[in-house]
Amino acid sequence: MSDKEAAKAYWKTNVRIILWSLVIWALVSFGFGILLRPMLSGIAVGGTDLGFWFAQQGSILVFLALIFFYAWRMNKLDAEHGVGEE
Amino acid sequence: MDQFTLNLLFVGASFALYIGIAIWARAGSTSEFYAAGRGVHPVTNGMATAADWMSAASFISMAGLIAFTGYDNSTFLMGWTGGYVLLALLLAPYLRKFGKFTVSEFIGDRFYSPTARMVAVICLIVASLTYVIGQMTGVGVAFGRFLEISNTAGLLIGACVVFAYAVFGGMKGVTYTQVAQYVVLIMAYTIPAIFISLQLTGNPIPALGLFGDHVASGEPLLAKLDQIVRELGFNEYTAHHGDTFNMVLFTLSLMIGTAGLPHVIMRFFTVPRVADARWSAGWALVFIALLYLTAPAVGAMARLNITELMWPNGTDAQAVSVEQIDTDPKYDWMATWQKTGLLGWEDKNGDGRIQYYNDKNAEMQEKAAANGWEGNELTNFNRDILVLANPEIANLPGWVIGLVAAGGLAAALSTAAGLLLAISSAVSHDLIKGRFSPNISEKGELLSARIAMAAAIVVATYLGLNPPGFAAQTVALAFGLAAASIFPALMMGIFTKVNNKGAVAGMIAGLAVTLIYIFLHKGWFFIPDTNSFTDADPLLGTIKSTSFGAVGAMINFAVAFTVSKMTAPIPQEIEDLVESVRVPRGAAAAVDH
Repeated sequence: MSDKEAAKAYWKTNVRIILWSLVIWALVSFGFGILLRPMLSGIAVGGTDLGFWFAQQGSILVFLALIFFYAWRMNKLDAEHGVGEE
Repeated sequence: MDQFTLNLLFVGASFALYIGIAIWARAGSTSEFYAAGRGVHPVTNGMATAADWMSAASFISMAGLIAFTGYDNSTFLMGWTGGYVLLALLLAPYLRKFGKFTVSEFIGDRFYSPTARMVAVICLIVASLTYVIGQMTGVGVAFGRFLEISNTAGLLIGACVVFAYAVFGGMKGVTYTQVAQYVVLIMAYTIPAIFISLQLTGNPIPALGLFGDHVASGEPLLAKLDQIVRELGFNEYTAHHGDTFNMVLFTLSLMIGTAGLPHVIMRFFTVPRVADARWSAGWALVFIALLYLTAPAVGAMARLNITELMWPNGTDAQAVSVEQIDTDPKYDWMATWQKTGLLGWEDKNGDGRIQYYNDKNAEMQEKAAANGWEGNELTNFNRDILVLANPEIANLPGWVIGLVAAGGLAAALSTAAGLLLAISSAVSHDLIKGRFSPNISEKGELLSARIAMAAAIVVATYLGLNPPGFAAQTVALAFGLAAASIFPALMMGIFTKVNNKGAVAGMIAGLAVTLIYIFLHKGWFFIPDTNSFTDADPLLGTIKSTSFGAVGAMINFAVAFTVSKMTAPIPQEIEDLVESVRVPRGAAAAVDH
């Protein structure tokens, strides 16, 4: 495989990982935290509901997990495609 | 030792620490001044980014806005953290790979156009300057309180301090100083929160206490809070009241703006490798999350404490008496804050008591008429004082109050310094060296950077005297501007093959439309009373001026794609540049000049 093709395949995989991560990003914040909150109102969490928890705590925790997952996944991908540093 | 001396001691000691570090790490070359010689570890960089990022808006203002509005202001929490996901996934690694000093350099090179670079510089200066205004508002509140002087005098003193210290630092000084500032500010934020959480819920972790039980009543804390504010005619704390569409747009604007703010992006130029840029964003969010997970607890618990202080025997009994406010040490904070002009009360009906309730609520108006109340008597409670007053409201020991004063100042100072650095590097590096005088000496460049800082701080202080909103709201405007101008250009530069004309047209359209929308609602150039609309009744549907950034970003993208389609495609060497930015290999060879 030429360098160019390798880079192309690498980029395609990267974009796919980004897209899936952003789907989760939007789901926990705009979804569970705001738009889907009425649907989650039946699930009680300490004096309020799950949507409120996602808006004030849960979304932040998921964001953290997403960034670390992405860093780990991409560093692995760099190695697989031989495009990493050094 | 009285409280004033104690505050002075804490603030003085923390300042001595920062100045000591700044002197120890004084910048020598331009490379050190802007990017700390690219030798900063991801964890260190993450901590410094967190201090840089968490400003007066996060520390001083945000919990207050949440406290008095409740669920609807969760937007600040999600928006200001969610932006890091965009930053880590869409921008940071590629900009590090590109390997220059400033955001506008990337835009200038990628869009092979000095015009694009100039437009980016202008966008950057407008957004950063608006942001500094928000910081100065916070600085005024913090200095006003701890020196026990008026807000205005506090602002002027604060401006001098910010100036002195940003001018003598540089990025390396700033990086290590900011690590120290992070430690001070996170302790100052969490320690009182832990105390208060223990008092109210018995749980030492505020984020868990928020969803725990209220010890005094045995009910869940949030249920208790909902009940008590409802009884006074206010909106229920956990319920959704505002417009959902505006809430989504506002959150999105804050997120995109976070990823488009030059002083944060610059941080990712200072890590050694592309892989480190990815980790750095994560570490930054870890340190930011420590404060952001605590903030909603601080807000809810403070709201409960304040309400109970105003109605010490419950909302059905008599309100607190003026005599008690004047004599009971539990209410000393009210007199101290009155001096800043940011807290006020007035016994309108002359019954010797201060009734705090929502006098806009129809049911409460009936109750008020029956009881002879003549309107809400807690006439002024500036949202920006809540966090700083919080330890006093909860009756915590004096050293905690001193620590919080030091923390609030650390938050405001670190961000102001970071922003001033972004502005000064834009002026000296991009404007003067990049355009007008390419042969300027290193010394001349550093001097012009410092002059630019001084000019920026004068403008920001002047506008900070009449801010367009509470600190966090002013800052939200800055995010809208960054969202509409910088973020789309950077993203298109990496992920698409949009050409020079498209990018320039997009940035101009995004910035201009957003700026005009903001000025229409907040007054032209933020001068009071020159606005034609208000955020209570905005021009377009329910879209407030603070939420417009996301719309501006869409306009930017749309204009850029359209113009790009109609003009010549990008040349081969730019195509190669885009390809090379997309892979980490070769980052070590990044240009250092």
